[in-house]
Amino acid sequence: MATLAPTTPWVKGAKDDFRVCGVTTLKVDMHTERLIIANAVMAVVCLVLGGIAALLIALTRWQAIHLLDATWFYRLLTLHGIDMLIAWIVFFEMAGLHFGSTALLNARHAAPKLAWTGFILMTVGGLMANAVVLFDPKSIVTFTAYVPLKAHPLFYLSYILFAVGALIATITFFINIVVAKREKRFEGSMPLAVFGLMTAAILAVYTLLEGAAAIVPAFLWSLDILPNYDPGIYRNFFWGFGHPAQQVNLAAMVSIWYMLAQMTTGIRPVNEKFSRFAFILYLFFINLGSAHHLLVDPGLSFAWKAVNTSYAMYLAVLGSMMHAFSIPAAMEIALRAKGYNKGLFGWLRNGPWNEPGFSALVVSMILFGWIGGVTGVTIGTEQINMLAHNTLRLPGHFHATVVGGTTTAFMGFTYYVIPLIFRKELKLKKWAVWQPYVYGVGSALVSLGMITSGLQGVSRRNWDITFSGAIPGTVNLTLAIFGIGAVIAVIGGIMYVAVVLTSILTGERKEATGLLLVSGTNNPLLESTQLTDEQMEDKQNQPKGTLVLVFAFLVWFAVYYLSNWWLLGRTWFIK
Amino acid sequence: MLAPEKIWWKPLGRMEKTWLTVAFVWCVFLTIMMPLWYFMGRQNVPTETYRVTPTQFNEKVTAFAEQYKVGEDTINGVTLPVVEAPAGSDVYLRASTWQWYPILQFKKGETYRLHISSMDLLHGFSLQPVNINLQVLPGYDYVATITPTSTGEFTIVCNEFCSLGHHTMIGKIIVK
Repeated sequence: MATLAPTTPWVKGAKDDFRVCGVTTLKVDMHTERLIIANAVMAVVCLVLGGIAALLIALTRWQAIHLLDATWFYRLLTLHGIDMLIAWIVFFEMAGLHFGSTALLNARHAAPKLAWTGFILMTVGGLMANAVVLFDPKSIVTFTAYVPLKAHPLFYLSYILFAVGALIATITFFINIVVAKREKRFEGSMPLAVFGLMTAAILAVYTLLEGAAAIVPAFLWSLDILPNYDPGIYRNFFWGFGHPAQQVNLAAMVSIWYMLAQMTTGIRPVNEKFSRFAFILYLFFINLGSAHHLLVDPGLSFAWKAVNTSYAMYLAVLGSMMHAFSIPAAMEIALRAKGYNKGLFGWLRNGPWNEPGFSALVVSMILFGWIGGVTGVTIGTEQINMLAHNTLRLPGHFHATVVGGTTTAFMGFTYYVIPLIFRKELKLKKWAVWQPYVYGVGSALVSLGMITSGLQGVSRRNWDITFSGAIPGTVNLTLAIFGIGAVIAVIGGIMYVAVVLTSILTGERKEATGLLLVSGTNNPLLESTQLTDEQMEDKQNQPKGTLVLVFAFLVWFAVYYLSNWWLLGRTWFIK
Repeated sequence: MLAPEKIWWKPLGRMEKTWLTVAFVWCVFLTIMMPLWYFMGRQNVPTETYRVTPTQFNEKVTAFAEQYKVGEDTINGVTLPVVEAPAGSDVYLRASTWQWYPILQFKKGETYRLHISSMDLLHGFSLQPVNINLQVLPGYDYVATITPTSTGEFTIVCNEFCSLGHHTMIGKIIVK
């Protein structure tokens, strides 16, 4: 039977400063605890900054309101990308890496000083980027800063500082694991969640190095040390950083999915080999994704683009489709084993829908897969990209993945970090119960509004093109859906920040007594250790409902994908 | 979060095998679609590209506009030549902050070799409402062999951010 928290003893002394968590029985290194708190706080600070920008730019693109002037629109658009896509997510991931490489392995943090150095560099870089964009009009270059659009040298320097910081923090993840193994803190293989986080960490190293290859020459070029910088080369390197960075998010998010599923429904992975193989597919094939952004660039051959954009043979997509089966399947088995065995979906109806971790997980999986994944594969198809490149369909796709998917999952996970790591009582629990739903509905509308606007040709990163006479009047409707969605999502975001801040600032400091926040006093994490092989293999408990769900997903995928080929076939001939 | 059992290398269950097979077949189908369309479809992404300096390209555009000018029209208060070259010939479109030059005139059903390049920053060629989108880089002469299949006035929107006047960068293609 699987066990939680290996039993190797810790020595309280010079090296080991730890506490034992009463709820999870995990040992938490005090350095790790402080690092998680610091990273989580910075993540939320960046989320607030990026969220304010999100509201204002969405209210500008909502044509009926059209709030900001053009300069402020582009300025806040730049900020929004930096604070959300980079800072919020990466700070949160670093907290996750510190947690995964210590607490889940029964290990100490072996390099706290290095980790703090990384954190400080990231903080300085992140805040500096905000300041430069806000106060230097020349640095309004959007988050991608395509050469030869030249920003202030400090703009590039802030990227470099942040990236170096993240790289250092990521390296401590590997140090921790090596030291833990050497000190025999755990035996055998590492838990699946750590395996997933390690996938994310390996991808992060590669990603950050490629980011350096793009940004360091840009920095030198902005200082006039480098006379020329080919824009095509910059785009290739930039997306070698920009796209795999999203795959880091993907691997981290899927790891958090497994954790949330275990913490709220007490799952055991159905087949470790299956899930780990899916992570391995990410590791090997997902890096090719940078081609997604270069599909209609001059100078690249069809063969290069087709091989790269398809991740060799959609093998990274296969990885995601495997997780899309294995996580709900594990939940179905765990819930059926508890007796919720009626019909195909009795287990799902009886899930803890009022538990924020569970609802955040379900919302995240639906938005990520059904909207984000399907639209992403479709617009990432070489020829179809001609219909979508730089239209609002692109942000429509990645708001479903990164906002509806990753951010919702991270937010849901935070509600457990507060009692378990901050050791503060969670306040405004009712808000936490509703928050994933509000945020999910908002982000879904944002994505759908953007995608439908993009289908009508509305370009992204554009203050206003309705005057051009080219865009049909129906975009006023779809842009309004996007705007209303953004307002709802921002309300969801405010609810999240309110819960977090109220709990941290006014919550009573106490040791957590239970794992679940609202849906019960049982401890699914410990229950998962009691799920026997017999229960896992019992015919009664097999995930029939999940199989129906994934096949329904495949049908939707096929319909959307093929209808895009049909759309392409109706346009002008071009080659 | 659990430490796995000592031996976790176990055979896949029936449902896992089913889904893995179906998903893999779908991935293979997705892979095949692109080369299939490449050889059979009539809408493919152009790949023909030449190195060109902004000065060289500008000379070509100017000579082209002078040779085939058929009229004038205004966009954003600026008067631009309307240019119609014979079917099958090379036509040139210049992107610069924040203008598409010149206005092109095509005949429906005829094929043209459309050269696009930028004088300065990155721009995005977005033909609306046809919804064909291509990336435009300085230093690259990107050649799209294009055949209009509908008539009317079409707008070229710039869909790559090219600093603060980006949204005013509008051009026109007329198809008769």
